[in-house]
Amino acid sequence: MSLSDTFFRRPGLLTLLLLAPPLIWIGIVYIGSLIALLLQSFYHLDDFSGLVVHEFTLSTYAQLFAPANLAIILRTVAMAAAVTVASAFLAFPIAYYAARYATGHLKALFYLAVMMPLWSSYLVKVYAWKLILAKEGILTWLAAKLHLTPAIDALLATPVIGGPSLSISYIGTFLVFTYIWLPYMILPIQAALERVPKTLIEASADLGAHPGQTFRTVLLPLALPGVVAGSIFTFSLTLGDYIIPAIVGNSRPFIGQTVYALQGTAGDIPLAAAFTVVPMAIMAVYLTVAKRLGAFDAL
Amino acid sequence: MPSAVRFQNVSRHFGTVRAVDDVSLDIAPGEFFAMLGPSGSGKTTCLRLIAGFEQPTAGHIEIFGETAEGLPPYRRAVNTVFQDYALFPHMTVGENVAYGLMIKGVSRAEREARAKQALALIKLAGFEARRPGQLSGGQRQRVALARALVNEPKVLLLDEPLGALDLKLREQMQEELRALQHQLGITFVFVTHDQGEALSMADRVAIFNEGRIVQAGTPADIYERPRSRFVADFVGSSNVMAPEFSRQHGGPTGWVSLRPEAIRVEAPRGKVQPGSADGQIIGLHYQGALTRVVIMADGTRLIAAVPSGSIAFAEGDTARFTWDRAALVPMAAD
Repeated sequence: MSLSDTFFRRPGLLTLLLLAPPLIWIGIVYIGSLIALLLQSFYHLDDFSGLVVHEFTLSTYAQLFAPANLAIILRTVAMAAAVTVASAFLAFPIAYYAARYATGHLKALFYLAVMMPLWSSYLVKVYAWKLILAKEGILTWLAAKLHLTPAIDALLATPVIGGPSLSISYIGTFLVFTYIWLPYMILPIQAALERVPKTLIEASADLGAHPGQTFRTVLLPLALPGVVAGSIFTFSLTLGDYIIPAIVGNSRPFIGQTVYALQGTAGDIPLAAAFTVVPMAIMAVYLTVAKRLGAFDAL
Repeated sequence: MPSAVRFQNVSRHFGTVRAVDDVSLDIAPGEFFAMLGPSGSGKTTCLRLIAGFEQPTAGHIEIFGETAEGLPPYRRAVNTVFQDYALFPHMTVGENVAYGLMIKGVSRAEREARAKQALALIKLAGFEARRPGQLSGGQRQRVALARALVNEPKVLLLDEPLGALDLKLREQMQEELRALQHQLGITFVFVTHDQGEALSMADRVAIFNEGRIVQAGTPADIYERPRSRFVADFVGSSNVMAPEFSRQHGGPTGWVSLRPEAIRVEAPRGKVQPGSADGQIIGLHYQGALTRVVIMADGTRLIAAVPSGSIAFAEGDTARFTWDRAALVPMAAD
């Protein structure tokens, strides 16, 4: 009896064999490390000796609510939310055009334009943006040529989000984040819109809805799972990133940078772990709310 | 009273493709009008021109006396039942049916009541809370019908609405649609490629081919007096005789059609007279009350439909087909 006959008679065995490697990978490497992380967050660092005390405690989580740490969390969440909202607004028309109107070469061009930035090094792109946004950079130069320097100055004079130059302000960090994560918003929205049959749009118009009403009542609800999928990417990627705010920004730390510093120089693994749990908790809350609001009803 | 729908020399070209080519037609109010033709013949494009999804390249369209070209779909008093039903998957059946009323700003209480009424009309009372995904094909078809009818359109457009249903359900829906149309008195424009459906349901039928109407008339007209070879071929299983064959067998010199029911089948006795032909039986198809007898006579395929009890032949036998000259219907060569 050959091997394939055995598998034919016992299809469960084949499934098990095929699934074993990925299951081991997910189980040990992926979930396992998450559990290890979660465990670490329930230990605490002894202030005096600088050693990790392996005893269950919630004191590390309590540390998160210290004003300095809370500021880091709020700053990161606000940035992630702003980047997500901006990405959604920028991505929707692009995705809509690609899904509804672009065909053939134009569609290939769209995919190329959206994907190409993902092919080049992330670091190169961020440093390029630093140069673009710098005080001596091309944007300042262009603004001067267009006599828009006062507008940029006024923008930079805005409290909190302003700063000495675009590359040393929240505005700069926001622009670079939005640029880097935009493709992750465009592609899921485009995929969702692509799945909306053209006849649904026609049926809506046939039943008396003008294009604005059709957009609100048919297209948007059906594209919402795509928007939510895209926002999961932009939101969680922004929550965890530590390079962009380190290169472009006003050097006030974000969660990613804090985790990097805590587990490295400070050696405070428990607090680093607790900080890492924050984005996970936020994402869990976000998805629950999205589900409650019916974002996945059209799936 | 103006026509429900009037086309005056309407064309719709897509690049070099003439999807609809110089079509003129008048559909009377309250009429059940079928557009019949093979795929790509322009019948669906005509329906889309009435609905407003397409705009004519040339010509003039009126709906109840009002100029329709240039009007978007949402400004027309017509509603469509789509081939794929196009129910909104994120809404319940009730919300789907009430959609048009919701758009018009009808109060929630009233639109729920009217949706309920419409669902009762198509025998789906109590289905309001379901999702389209939980319905069978036939039920979805009914919901699509209710969603259109609840808006009380002046003209109801149906784009092959029964195409996806199985035979039994299709026959049942044909009857129900016909009854519904009588009951409501709305003009129905029905697109189909199923000749049986068109003939049995419609008051009038237009046969489309290559973007043009090749013949329009009552079902009996179309069936009994096809004006061209195309119509005879498409509409029925009519026998088509080439000019040469017709002349040799005592008919006029020209293309003629002959209905299978007008042929008698006999055993060959004596010489072949005008108005008859001998040939070997190459097919015997039992269809219940009738049996179709197919012979090959002088290179022409002829089909006769005779009562099943009267058959005394087997495949391979030679049979004689006989017909009255008056039953031959002359027609154009194209």
